[in-house]
Amino acid sequence: MKPLVLTLKERPAERLDLSPLLPHLLAGKSAAEIARIGVQTTRKPLVVGDVFRVRMGDAGRIHIEGGCDGLDWVGHGMTAGEIVIEGDVGSQAGRLMAGGRLTITGNAGPWAASGMRGGEIEIRGAAGDRLGGPLPGDMAGMRGGVVIVRGDAGERIGDRLRRGTIVVEGRAGAWAGSRMIAGTIVVRGSAGPLPGYLMRRGTIVLGSAATLSPTFIDCGKQDLVALRLLATFVARTSTRTSKVLRRSLRRFAGDMAVLGKGEMFLAG
Amino acid sequence: MRALIANGVRIDDTFAEAFGMRATALVVTADSAAWARQAAATMTGFATSVIGCGCEAAIDREIGEKQTPDRRPGVRVLLFAVSTSELQKQLAARVGQCVLTSPGSACYAGLEGEESLKLGNALRYFGDGWQISKRFGGKHYWRVPVLDGEFLCEATTGLTKQAVGGGNLLIMGESARSTLVAAEAAVKAIARVPDAITPFPGGIARSGSKVGSKYKSVKASTNDAYCPTLKGAVKSALDANVASVLEIVIDGLTPQAVADAMAAGLAAIVKLGPRRGAVRVGAGNYGGKLGPHHFHLKDLLP
Repeated sequence: MKPLVLTLKERPAERLDLSPLLPHLLAGKSAAEIARIGVQTTRKPLVVGDVFRVRMGDAGRIHIEGGCDGLDWVGHGMTAGEIVIEGDVGSQAGRLMAGGRLTITGNAGPWAASGMRGGEIEIRGAAGDRLGGPLPGDMAGMRGGVVIVRGDAGERIGDRLRRGTIVVEGRAGAWAGSRMIAGTIVVRGSAGPLPGYLMRRGTIVLGSAATLSPTFIDCGKQDLVALRLLATFVARTSTRTSKVLRRSLRRFAGDMAVLGKGEMFLAG
Repeated sequence: MRALIANGVRIDDTFAEAFGMRATALVVTADSAAWARQAAATMTGFATSVIGCGCEAAIDREIGEKQTPDRRPGVRVLLFAVSTSELQKQLAARVGQCVLTSPGSACYAGLEGEESLKLGNALRYFGDGWQISKRFGGKHYWRVPVLDGEFLCEATTGLTKQAVGGGNLLIMGESARSTLVAAEAAVKAIARVPDAITPFPGGIARSGSKVGSKYKSVKASTNDAYCPTLKGAVKSALDANVASVLEIVIDGLTPQAVADAMAAGLAAIVKLGPRRGAVRVGAGNYGGKLGPHHFHLKDLLP
């Protein structure tokens, strides 16, 4: 069966809340019912039919065509199925996602995958700041699932990451993995200054040297079985990034300013 | 007892009587196949019989580096015990003392089961607080810092309650040498059968036993009916020409694995023929009332 296709008619004048457009929420709904779902973020009502052309299909697979950076909360709280966005998305794409697969062919705004619990998000373009990070009031950031960014990622990716894996094929901004509780971040390219800032536990792998905080301690070159397993796992989504994990890596323990049970692997 | 002749080898019209057991499997890897074998051989040492060793364990097969989780050479090990708690105890003790200690080793679940046994979850405390938990790809691993780097161990492994222990073949020959040749051929054939092991030394038991003894405290004693030196002294099961008997005991993850292993062993013995190998093959049972699984030799012939 063909996917359910929503095509943006024109760039909306206000930001849109697309969190109601999830496979499990649209299952069993008719085209007319879907067209009546509200997506406004202001006091003025705005429904799907006002901004999208709806082509009915299997609600388990939702395709949104004509994405732009004004579409917020795409795949927010998604539990199963698939959402594909042709184009960019705004902030908090895939926030609190628990399962299924979200694909963004363009760029994602800040807080993508924020508080994510499971499932898989692929961002083919670049990701904004605080990928997987917590919003004010959250105790932890991402706590499960996999995020793969084909382009670059912004600052503080994996902030307060608790569990799950973030893979960045490009470069990462400053403070990657800041305040990490646990979990795994693999960056194929370089990272901005102070990666792993105040990380407690968890693993960060960087494809090139970085300016580390002096509270990271060199443990020497290591060839660990755990990295071989991680390489095999990462290779499922990114063969290019898995090559970093198969190189000889130098292990740094930190951040000794806090708990110090985290680790950072640097190539070269 | 009616007999059947296959390629000159007499096959007794009898059956092996086997029991339900709890079993698990592990994959042990290392930097080389030799060290993977070493770790597996050490952890399956002194594991011939549940009566005296707590469990029965042996190497199921070697696994090439393309098939193991960490892409290093590995070995699959099977462990059998009479209860889940004893199996858990033996698993933790054996992996902790023999695999954790072996250079470069890592340990993974070798079986998917609806129930699980603690593997890394039992051993992680060796890390004294420095152990690292990692979850990815639906698996949970523990990393324990050790002197050569890290011991990596999957958190749990599967448990099966469908396992069967006590499949067996009694191989009878006209000389000790030809009997051993036949038994060795059978063990070699059984080694190729997946999910089945022969836990005795080199797969062969020369001290087959019966239940009970004239001594009150002894639970199992020599199977006098099959001892060639006791012909005439006891109610012997042996013919005049049989000079030596060896037993192969088989444990399998499923009844089918035990049947396949017995069939493979039987085929190898029959193929060898009576001149080079065994003249007769039997099987041990307790009259059929104790064990739920009966493997009739005549059903397993090639």
